[in-house]
Amino acid sequence: MLANIFITVLVITGINGLLALILVIAEHFLASYGECQVLINNEKSVQVNGGSTLLSTLNSQKIFLPSACGGRGTCGYCKCKVTDGGGPLLPTELPLLNESEISQQIRLSCQLKVKRDIKIEIPEELFNIKEYEAEVALLKPLTHDIKLLRLKLVQPDKIKFKPGQYVQLQSEPYHGIKERVSRAYSIASASTQTDSIDLIIRLVPEGICTTWVHRYLKEGDRAKFTGPMGDFCLHEGEGEIIMIAGSSGMAPMVSLLHHIDYQKIQRKIHYFFGAVTRKDLFYLDEMEQFQKKIPQFKFVPALSNPEPQDKWQGETGLITISLENYLKTIDTKEVQAYLCGSPGMIQACIKIFKNYGVTQDRIYFDPFA
Amino acid sequence: MQSLSPWVLFFASIFTGNILLTYFLGMCSFLSVSKQIKTALGLGLAVTFVLTITAAINHVVYFQILEPLKIEYLRYIVFIITIAATVQFIEMFIERYSETLYLNLGIFLPLITVNCAILGVSLFMVIRRYTFVQSVFFGAGSGLGWLLAILAMAGIRERLNEKKIPPALHGPGIALIITGIMAMAFIGFSGMVQIQ
Repeated sequence: MLANIFITVLVITGINGLLALILVIAEHFLASYGECQVLINNEKSVQVNGGSTLLSTLNSQKIFLPSACGGRGTCGYCKCKVTDGGGPLLPTELPLLNESEISQQIRLSCQLKVKRDIKIEIPEELFNIKEYEAEVALLKPLTHDIKLLRLKLVQPDKIKFKPGQYVQLQSEPYHGIKERVSRAYSIASASTQTDSIDLIIRLVPEGICTTWVHRYLKEGDRAKFTGPMGDFCLHEGEGEIIMIAGSSGMAPMVSLLHHIDYQKIQRKIHYFFGAVTRKDLFYLDEMEQFQKKIPQFKFVPALSNPEPQDKWQGETGLITISLENYLKTIDTKEVQAYLCGSPGMIQACIKIFKNYGVTQDRIYFDPFA
Repeated sequence: MQSLSPWVLFFASIFTGNILLTYFLGMCSFLSVSKQIKTALGLGLAVTFVLTITAAINHVVYFQILEPLKIEYLRYIVFIITIAATVQFIEMFIERYSETLYLNLGIFLPLITVNCAILGVSLFMVIRRYTFVQSVFFGAGSGLGWLLAILAMAGIRERLNEKKIPPALHGPGIALIITGIMAMAFIGFSGMVQIQ
């Protein structure tokens, strides 16, 4: 009996060991392609050991393409553009690529192996998502419950983002709160300014991260964030741009306006900003500046419930009313809508846009807002 | 079985004892990769190739190692391991030395590591106590039989694309019905020779 067990173990181990040995030797001699260079987006190049799939090669370089199936070639999320050195298209890629993708040299990175120097293009935002360490350069109140947080980048010291994108700010443990949480905030500064970012953060009652920013964070402190992320950005088009925001939803619009100003975009822009009273309004000087620099830009703040001492002369009532009154007067055929604010406000505005013929594909909003 | 000519065994395993249509082994890849003749041909060739080689290797392992040591009950696990390792090795080899062969055949290899037809052939050869030469012919024949079945299936399915099929039968439904009819048609060969 004991001998039997012994022989069994020995045989299995022996066979396994032998096969493993053969495979290791084969791997060493057959599957090694030496050092290969991966050139990403024509700017970053990395040296890698050839032989494994592009997906896992990139992963080992901390560049993460999305993949849901774990590299088995069934989900198609890991597509990327390979402009040189990809070798012929594999039959295992074909079911997941359509003709236009094939003609654009899109490949399935989990199937394609790196065997020689290779040139690839991946969406900037994937390539770009990093963890940043920054220093609080400025933390000033904009209204009674909104603060401007300026983060000066320390490591890495430069950020590249598309206007409208957001970052995830990580809160540190503070009084009574032991966990770290990450919350998304849109970048409110110009994308041309690469060494620091501005965030506009409203104090949410009981909010872990916003309480941390408002009550505990001080100028000179260190803070961490990851990003940039998101696809809320200015879309191509000729028609009028209608922006709608409330409260801290101001942030991505500021970044978009910087971009519009910098690029000298000539499209007409109407920006409705909703608030309750005069004391909820902020960045009025900045908006004034933008109106001077961009002649075709108009900023329309609307107060839903102005107090008597506000002596408010502008638009009064819910933002939806101002929007509707304006949409009545224009041709909405090519209008693009950009929204950021509370979900209730966004839903109400989308409804009005649709009533006036602005189709869903021309309405853009940040899903987390 | 010692007396059976390898050639008889070869043709018998293609037609009368078709591994897929008589024993219904290797169905998963048969159903999923039979949409185009070209890919079906690639997969079929890969199966044939691997079947022939693993039948030979497993024959040696079983009759030279497992049986003399009286540990035949380990055959399942040992066969699976040798098949997996062999497939892996062949894949690496082809990938390195022939890009065209790899494109047409090699990429299917990982798919068939766990194909039950491959394990089935090794087990049949043991149960029926084939000689080494018989095993190799049996493996090759079974592979070609599988290739024949998947090619026929792919041909039919390509033509089905243009035909009206009841919505409920789309995909695997109609494929299984066709497989059944093909299996019945192959019974027609069974008068020629029987291998058990």
